[in-house]
Amino acid sequence: MAVQIPLSTISQVDPNPIVEDTFFAGLLEQCLVNEAAPQWLQDIRQQSKSWLSHLSVPTRKDEDWRFIDLSPLTATKFVVSQDIETVYQSLPEAKHSCLVFVNGIYNPNLSDVSGLPEGVYLGSLANLPDDYDAAKYFSQQPGADAFTALNTAGGNEVAVIWADKNTVIETPIHLVFIADGKSESSFAQPRTLIVGSTGSSMALVEEYIGTGEYFTNAVTEVFVEGNARVNHTRLQQESDHSYHIGKTAISQDRDSQYTLHEINLGAKLLRHNPEVWQQGEQTETNLNGLTVATGEQTSDSHSIIALSKPHGTTNQLHKCIVGDRAHTVFNGKVFVPKAAQLTDATQLNRNLMLSSKARVDTKPELQITADNVKCAHGATVSQLEAEEIFYLRSRGLSEDDANQLLIDAFAAEIVDRIPLESLRSKITQTIEQKVKH
Amino acid sequence: MSETILSVRNLTANVDGIPILKGVNLEIKAGEVHAIMGRNGSGKSTLSKVIAGHPDYEITGGEIIYQGQNIIDLEPNERANSGIFLAFQYPLAIPGVSNLDFMRVAYNAKRKYQGLEEVDTFDFEDLIEEKLEVVKMNPSFLERSLNEGFSGGEKKRNEILQMALLDPTLTILDEIDSGLDIDALRIVSDGVNQLKTPEKGYLVITHYQRLLDYIEPNFVHVMQEGKIITSGGKELALELESRGYEFLDDKSGTEVGV
Ligand SMILES: Nc1ncnc2c1ncn2[C@@H]1O[C@H](COP(=O)(O)OP(=O)(O)OP(=O)(O)O)[C@@H](O)[C@H]1O
Ligand SMILES: [Mg+2]
Repeated sequence: MAVQIPLSTISQVDPNPIVEDTFFAGLLEQCLVNEAAPQWLQDIRQQSKSWLSHLSVPTRKDEDWRFIDLSPLTATKFVVSQDIETVYQSLPEAKHSCLVFVNGIYNPNLSDVSGLPEGVYLGSLANLPDDYDAAKYFSQQPGADAFTALNTAGGNEVAVIWADKNTVIETPIHLVFIADGKSESSFAQPRTLIVGSTGSSMALVEEYIGTGEYFTNAVTEVFVEGNARVNHTRLQQESDHSYHIGKTAISQDRDSQYTLHEINLGAKLLRHNPEVWQQGEQTETNLNGLTVATGEQTSDSHSIIALSKPHGTTNQLHKCIVGDRAHTVFNGKVFVPKAAQLTDATQLNRNLMLSSKARVDTKPELQITADNVKCAHGATVSQLEAEEIFYLRSRGLSEDDANQLLIDAFAAEIVDRIPLESLRSKITQTIEQKVKH
Repeated sequence: MSETILSVRNLTANVDGIPILKGVNLEIKAGEVHAIMGRNGSGKSTLSKVIAGHPDYEITGGEIIYQGQNIIDLEPNERANSGIFLAFQYPLAIPGVSNLDFMRVAYNAKRKYQGLEEVDTFDFEDLIEEKLEVVKMNPSFLERSLNEGFSGGEKKRNEILQMALLDPTLTILDEIDSGLDIDALRIVSDGVNQLKTPEKGYLVITHYQRLLDYIEPNFVHVMQEGKIITSGGKELALELESRGYEFLDDKSGTEVGV
């Protein structure tokens, strides 16, 4: 059966009359229009705005949203809030290469970009020098679904990382998006553009944190050009009362390598869509995912990896740790069309359930029409092994310590792949706190 | 008279409602090595796991007195921390748990239980290096996941390494010799013998008298259908080796009174 998936997975514009969606309209109304933005950007925003007016909030009737209930989100009145005073402890590895946004607004006081080599731009789109052709990249690929359109239409600032040709950035770059919903339910739309030009190499951390009740609607676009390398850690550690909807769209040219460590720890309701489009031969994609959901959290990761040329490789390992009454979803599509011969695609989703009231939905989907390929996929659901716990306890470990050691071991397979030591220990500590009772 | 380390009295235990141990009596004094032999499925491992506190086994009668205290209600980790060590017949492999980290956590759990200060990573590495000598193990094994990809013999050596580290008062070795070639057997039993002191007690479960040439028992017991049906000195092991268990079958018949 022939598949031409990529497009069909993007929500199509409803051919029927315009649906009045007050949720989107209400949010959009509050978004500031930046009159100083270049014309091309204003055009794109305008286009998305009219696009959005045709779209409504997805419901469980939409195949791609059937596992989560957005009604608590749409029932909340969010306000676009302003910059607030806050502090942030930067990662020691990225002290002088970090960009901080608070409630969607660039915060120069918390940012420090002094530690970057020649050939790198790290800053907001508004300050990007004219010789960078941002119009060539911005909003060129993230799809047309409602939340992405909302971000594009109502966005204000854009964080930009741009590595020039053959620039090797040794220092990791850190993007921090801080949300504050302490006094009112706030709304922010972080937007990031990452360009790794031909032959360049970078490692970056994109982090989401916050306090109180708020809604983060984030979109990140990554362009990995020929022979370039991007190692990307996306750490979502939002507050327990927040809603986080995110899109990470990646486009890879030939001989490039892209690695994503998607770490989902926070938010009351999370939906993250990593989407990788391999556009050239011999591209390599690695998606490492770890979701830890406890309490009443719902965490949904919906990924797409679309190969299109020969000799591509994709490795995906997504792990979920689910406790209490939490619910995790993994839905991973990998498309290997006819043109993508001699490719190697593996996809595995492993789930560790810590409670009988927890819920796991998993749907690994490999759609292959090429015939000369190496592909494997699967999903497992397991619990902590009683025999393993006994073995550890027979050596003196308490039940809690034994559980913890096994949970850490499950998570470590992903966490250990993150290239920053400080981040690895931070994540491990957060997981320990989350699963502790 | 030396102190009694372990005294098992009329112990009965079930798994899933099925009786497995049907009245075990055993007394181990300080300085003694007791061997238990017996056919497959006779309940040897069950006895060892019940002593170590495995939650699958329900104790339906009798008592387990360790150093004067009935330990039936103690958690497995409390038993371990108070000096009971079980080397498993089939040591588990746990991917992702570093052997070194695991041993440090176990060692510190015991220190904490004893009211002693925990040791840090550096001091621990010095300590474990010393212990590696006992089982002639390559330090590279510490870097690996707990027993993952270890050969049968390597797993058994890793068990003895943990024993060396935790320095137990009562050591139970469940078929520490199965699957070992003669060199590995020698290393493992040398390790056990090096650590032997007159204050400690040993329970050695085996199918082969060969092990008992290295770790010499004071007593040999034979288990059958959840009971110790006969006991003797080390010559009993030799007899079993040459004659098999059949010669005991009548004996058990009369003792059980069928
Ligand atoms: N968890 C369990 N569930 C069900 N049956 C069990 C369990 N543990 C032990 N048994 C049964 O109890 C009996 C005794 O088993 P045990 O492992 O103690 O024997 P053993 O003497 O150690 O044998 P071997 O020499 O083969 O190691 C066997 O019939 C076994 O199947
Ligand atoms: Mg056994």
